[in-house]
Amino acid sequence: MSVDLEEHGGASWTAWVRRRALRSFPPDQLLPDSQPVYVASWTYVFGVATLSAFLVVLGSGGVLALRGPAWWHGSSVGHFVNSMHLWSVELFMGFMVIHLWGKFFMAAWRGRRAMTWITGAVSFLASVGAAFTGYLTQQNFASQWIATQAKDGLNSVGIGAYFNVLDFGQMLMWHIVLLPLAVGVLVVVHVLLVRRHGVVPPLPLPPSTAHAVESQDRGNRD
Amino acid sequence: MQLSASFIRAVNLNHRGHYVHWGVIQISVANLVVILLMIAIFGAAILLPFPGRRRK
Repeated sequence: MSVDLEEHGGASWTAWVRRRALRSFPPDQLLPDSQPVYVASWTYVFGVATLSAFLVVLGSGGVLALRGPAWWHGSSVGHFVNSMHLWSVELFMGFMVIHLWGKFFMAAWRGRRAMTWITGAVSFLASVGAAFTGYLTQQNFASQWIATQAKDGLNSVGIGAYFNVLDFGQMLMWHIVLLPLAVGVLVVVHVLLVRRHGVVPPLPLPPSTAHAVESQDRGNRD
Repeated sequence: MQLSASFIRAVNLNHRGHYVHWGVIQISVANLVVILLMIAIFGAAILLPFPGRRRK
């Protein structure tokens, strides 16, 4: 879809941002209603499943934040929402790793898609941090045990003074503000990059295999 | 009620974890099961036909 840049002219920064956004993400590319035939594969379902699980993580985490630890440790509904938060994280991490395996074996960074790959990989690392700080904010003996084990590892690499796993307040803020924000922003950028550059096409077949497939196709048509 | 009690007994986690030792590698059976399940799902995702693909 072509965009008339003259029509969207103007010297203000808002006009510049609008022109830039329309050039980078034309509406039919941002919200497409069809995809190439090779996207019809179970492998691609796991990216969407990861996004869906992430929304459940944010929703259940929001409810836990509203009600507090006395509720999630002491009531049956609290136990349920606490478990929903745990299991949505399990599914989020599981789906994301399967998505990552699929993209790795497809060499999905091909065709100027390096930033798509990098934002995905960094969001995975940020998610690992979010999951570990989640262990520290459970408010039970498990979180105390994990914190005392983690402090030795982090002190040995010299970051214990800045990222103090025994400081509950700091870990809670990392878990509910900084890391979810980082993962959320990276996921949005990742999805926008997928929209901009499209889904990576399959790897080309080796010449001998391609020739054999072509001969078979010709035979089927005849 | 009896069903839920037997279900709770079946998933009773109030015991020491089971671990697999293989040289320097030590992994809990629970984590090993999750990893094997993920590999199985990944294999199934590659091998199973996607519904509606033939129509396109």
